[in-house]
Amino acid sequence: MSAIQTVVKEKQKLSLDKDVQEESIISAKGLNLWYGNDQALKNINLEIPEKQVTAIIGPSGCGKSTFLKTVNRMVELVPIVKINGNIDYHGVNIFDSKVNLVELRSSVGMVFQKPNPFPKSIFDNIAFGPRVHGIKKKAELTKIVEKSLRASGLWDEVKDRLGESALGLSGGQQQRLCIARCLAVEPEVILMDEPTSALDPKSTLKVEELIQELKEKYSIIIVTHNMQQAARISDKTAFFLNGEVVEFDNTDKIFSNPTDKRTEDYITGRFG
Amino acid sequence: MSKQLEQKLWFTICGAFAFFTIVALGLLLFSIIREGAHVISWSFITQPPQRNMTEGGVWPALVGTFYVASLTIIISVPVGIGAAIYLNEYATQGPLVRVIRMSIRNLAGVPSIVYGLFGLAIFASFLKIGVGLITAAITLAIMVLPWVITASEEALKSVPTSFREGGLALGATKWQTIRQLVLPSAIPGMATGSILGLARAAGETAPIILTGAAYFSRNLPTSLTDNFMALPYHLYILATQHAQASAVRPIAYGTALVLIMLVILLNMFAILLRNYYRKKNEVL
Amino acid sequence: MSLQHAEKEVNQEVEDLKIVNKETLTQKSFKSNTLDFLIEKMFFVFGSIAIFVLLLILFFLIREGSGAIREVGIMEFLTGTRWYPSSPQGAGYGALPFILGSLMVTTGALVIAIPWGIFTAIFIAEIAPRRVREILKPAVEVLAIFPSVVLGFIALVILSPIVANVFGLSNGLTALTASVILSVMALPTIISISEDSIKSVPKDYREAAYALGATRWETIKTITVPAAKSGIVAGVMLGFGRAVGETMTVLMAAGNAINMPITEFLGVTLPNFLTSVRTLTANIAIEGSDVPWGSLHYSSLFVIALILFVITFIVNLIADLLISRQRRKLTNE
Repeated sequence: MSAIQTVVKEKQKLSLDKDVQEESIISAKGLNLWYGNDQALKNINLEIPEKQVTAIIGPSGCGKSTFLKTVNRMVELVPIVKINGNIDYHGVNIFDSKVNLVELRSSVGMVFQKPNPFPKSIFDNIAFGPRVHGIKKKAELTKIVEKSLRASGLWDEVKDRLGESALGLSGGQQQRLCIARCLAVEPEVILMDEPTSALDPKSTLKVEELIQELKEKYSIIIVTHNMQQAARISDKTAFFLNGEVVEFDNTDKIFSNPTDKRTEDYITGRFG
Repeated sequence: MSKQLEQKLWFTICGAFAFFTIVALGLLLFSIIREGAHVISWSFITQPPQRNMTEGGVWPALVGTFYVASLTIIISVPVGIGAAIYLNEYATQGPLVRVIRMSIRNLAGVPSIVYGLFGLAIFASFLKIGVGLITAAITLAIMVLPWVITASEEALKSVPTSFREGGLALGATKWQTIRQLVLPSAIPGMATGSILGLARAAGETAPIILTGAAYFSRNLPTSLTDNFMALPYHLYILATQHAQASAVRPIAYGTALVLIMLVILLNMFAILLRNYYRKKNEVL
Repeated sequence: MSLQHAEKEVNQEVEDLKIVNKETLTQKSFKSNTLDFLIEKMFFVFGSIAIFVLLLILFFLIREGSGAIREVGIMEFLTGTRWYPSSPQGAGYGALPFILGSLMVTTGALVIAIPWGIFTAIFIAEIAPRRVREILKPAVEVLAIFPSVVLGFIALVILSPIVANVFGLSNGLTALTASVILSVMALPTIISISEDSIKSVPKDYREAAYALGATRWETIKTITVPAAKSGIVAGVMLGFGRAVGETMTVLMAAGNAINMPITEFLGVTLPNFLTSVRTLTANIAIEGSDVPWGSLHYSSLFVIALILFVITFIVNLIADLLISRQRRKLTNE
């Protein structure tokens, strides 16, 4: 029995009592995306459940990061992108011309592969989002900063040096700061693009624990190339290959009894 | 001839040419310092020319150069930074951007005297401003614009993309992201580029010959349309237009030395500033 | 206990400040969107200013020069040898002496600056030990910022007596003097563009050559320099552009006599470098400041500027194409 399967068994035991109630918050319908003439996403249909962790796995270049960046339309920063199909969020297609990007990105937050704190103080990093959304009062900002840092488990480590540069934090702390920064704008959905790939094992563990806590309040989509991580922390898993969703199911099912041969080959390490 | 010998020969030739470069620079600096150093004194800097320029100092020319170079930078830097922001932050690759970039490179190659004639035609004659401080400054501003744009763009390029992504992903608008995250990190680089532009404007002669530099002026300019003395033009006058060429030669050397020192100091300041911020960014 | 309490309180208060309202998702925030739109348009105006300025320069040169072109004809400017623009009888508008003067002085400068610049660039990029490089690079930068009027002054007071002595001339202000000082002017451009170009050649090329047993010089000669060729040629073109457009050094060093700088030698017409010449740029500088605005003479100076503009435009365009070609070549492979 592989390590992954052991992890899955453990988790099944833990979550037996928890009846997973399915309510989707984001649903992709017939989503296609091209970079120039290269099609990166092919007819993606996915229902992302609310207040759960959805993991997206697959070999590099399979389109998993592209899909993630499509959900908050960050992918459009690449000038040659063409998209058709829908991603529905609160019953609205996010590609609709009426959609306000600022609002979309405020409710769909994002954490990047490499921690990207701004060259500002810890306080100003967290307060950046609330400030651009019009909160000016110091007292309010202070509260938001404290709450966000507590929620990301960083408060006790940094409460005495909020005025110091965020660039002085360790890699793991920086990533949790970026999560806190994201929480400060009160998102509903958090997109995480391989958030632990630049971290050491200990920091990775902390971030994973944090993700587990966050799903109480937030819906999380996490892209990871680490299958054990997907197995450990996610409720649902989508397996991407060559821009297509090969299989999307409960994480337990994907890792213990995949339907598709290609999924099985991937999770057992036959390619990747 | 063996391979090793051939290599040695060619390396020596290359080294000799590189050595000539140092020698040329050394000779230029040495000749000016040797003849100019004893001319320079506090009173040389702070006195106006006297007795038909055979005595006295360079004060009005120094001030004039300071005025015209500062005005040049005040005009060209905002425009240059704006253009750089468009090119690096807003524009998407396409024919328009290619034409803009080609225009910038071509502007950098237009001879300075052509800028002078252009400034004369459009500002002095067509817009009826006449020749003077402001006409010269706008003309120089247009001339240094390509350099200011290029330097500002370099500064913007050195700001990591992750800042922009981070800002946008938090729901900041593009302008909020640029103003609050990108520009603060780019400002040291832009300042460096601006000071280099200032040095270039201070050393330039040809355009101001046609647009408002004065042969001699008793008073400092008091309005934007006044004529002005400028160090480089003053040196040109002393060297070639003065009736008693040999009598004013020491003063010419002194003027050349002041001009060289001004330009080199400005450049050193710009480079130190750049290194300071580069080091500071590495530490963080 | 108190900590939990505090946390709860904070949570509650922040909940009240909730920033994102789901209903606003499709509701455009009019203020911020309009502002952002206007700001983008403003930057677009700044961005396109370079095109605007370039066209404006061209427009004014043509506008002011058209009078002289109509009256005198462009061929007179390009082929005429007499320049007497303000003479009441028998006025002449032949700019050929200036064109030849500019070309001679520039060619002379390049003959000196090309080997000097390219060998120095090779030395800096490929041969020099780090310490030497750290002296050479700032030296080149200082040369690049030398005000041209100072170089002209040096040519006038130091170089021209030497030229006069060596060649037994009564006046050392000659095309040769101008060429020598102008080569110093063009040098930094040639060095820095060539050096960039040589440096941009990927390391693997060099390593592959070493692996085949080539010496460092053989690698430079057969691999690095050929791969950097377009960039080096571009550097030379830009150096040419810089030299042909340079005013102050030639104005002070070349003597500015209006004559055809040619000599007959054994029945062949040759350029005469030991005579005083006036360049296109110098002529504008000399006559531009006191010419009556709107006169035919004034207009004819714009024709000269137009000739200069066209020369530098073409040279820069070629350099541009060469640099982008080199970039494409090195990134494709």
